[in-house]
Amino acid sequence: MAWEFKSGIPIYLQIVETLKTEIASGKLRAGDPIRTVRDLAVEAGVNPNTMQRALAQMEQEGILYTVRASGRFVTKDEERIRKMRIQLAEEEVRSLYRRLTGIGLSREEIIRSVQNWKEEEG
Amino acid sequence: MSLLEVKGLTKKFGKVTALNQVDLSLEAGKIVGLLGPNGSGKTTWIKLVNGLIEPDQGSILIDGHSPGPESKALVSYLPDREFLPPYMTSEQLLRFYQDFFPDFDREAALSMIKSLSLDLKQKLKAMSKGTREKLQLILTMSRRARVYLLDEPIAGVDPAARDYILRTIIGNYSEGALIVISTHLIADVENSLDDVVFLKSGKIELHENVDDLRARTGKDVDHLFREVFAC
Repeated sequence: MAWEFKSGIPIYLQIVETLKTEIASGKLRAGDPIRTVRDLAVEAGVNPNTMQRALAQMEQEGILYTVRASGRFVTKDEERIRKMRIQLAEEEVRSLYRRLTGIGLSREEIIRSVQNWKEEEG
Repeated sequence: MSLLEVKGLTKKFGKVTALNQVDLSLEAGKIVGLLGPNGSGKTTWIKLVNGLIEPDQGSILIDGHSPGPESKALVSYLPDREFLPPYMTSEQLLRFYQDFFPDFDREAALSMIKSLSLDLKQKLKAMSKGTREKLQLILTMSRRARVYLLDEPIAGVDPAARDYILRTIIGNYSEGALIVISTHLIADVENSLDDVVFLKSGKIELHENVDDLRARTGKDVDHLFREVFAC
């Protein structure tokens, strides 16, 4: 199955987010090889240039690196991965905060509801 | 540097103007969607570039060649209808393509045919419509061409076959080639495209990179298409 993409957001940005989530969750680990652009493009059902653009951006951010003639790898810098994980979390919190203030919750009420939330209730 | 360039291209059929002063310049290494409703001029444009019909005005250059034997050696063309002799088997078609096109990669075609579990001795006319379309596409994509012109490659097949066809295109075109896919099934192809060209009543309405367009408008190509071509 091709990857799912939301409408109206550049596809390469959504690919970056998907791959970052795979790294954050440990599905892809520090130092793991990344498959070729063409393979990933076929799997995701996207244009190879779009995939290339996403990988180039992650390389620029220091999350991936290229070794000549052997391909791309996830960074071995655990600190960089930790930062990326925090950044992903901040983005999630930002969007949750927007949604909750949108339905009329104050900052204090949001904090309280997060603190009171228990996993088994979900 | 553009690989395929048309300038001032005009084609009339009697009183109907199918294409009107079209300028279009397409670069190597891109997958371009030629999008428009029925009757917008997509097939006319593709036939002109393939030299199957003559323009009334304007010029067409493919890697510097006007449509003719030199350009046809560079262009792999998938027509919008069934075009192969129905009495031929996959095995005979492989030989047929090998005889006609020096850039035909027989091994690539054979491995794709095998992955479909097709019987090489089965005749085209005994296959289902979906299988025939897949086989036509496999033969087209197995040429190591500079330009692929695919006229409605996914019309008339089910969604699973559409997925297969798009994957076959993305996975098999030769590096640095230009692919033009004409279709009105935007939602199915838009993630596979670099650029989109909207053709409206024989004129270019828009030519833009898909991700730029999504960032600029906050919409996907399918929604934009519905707006531009609202009846």
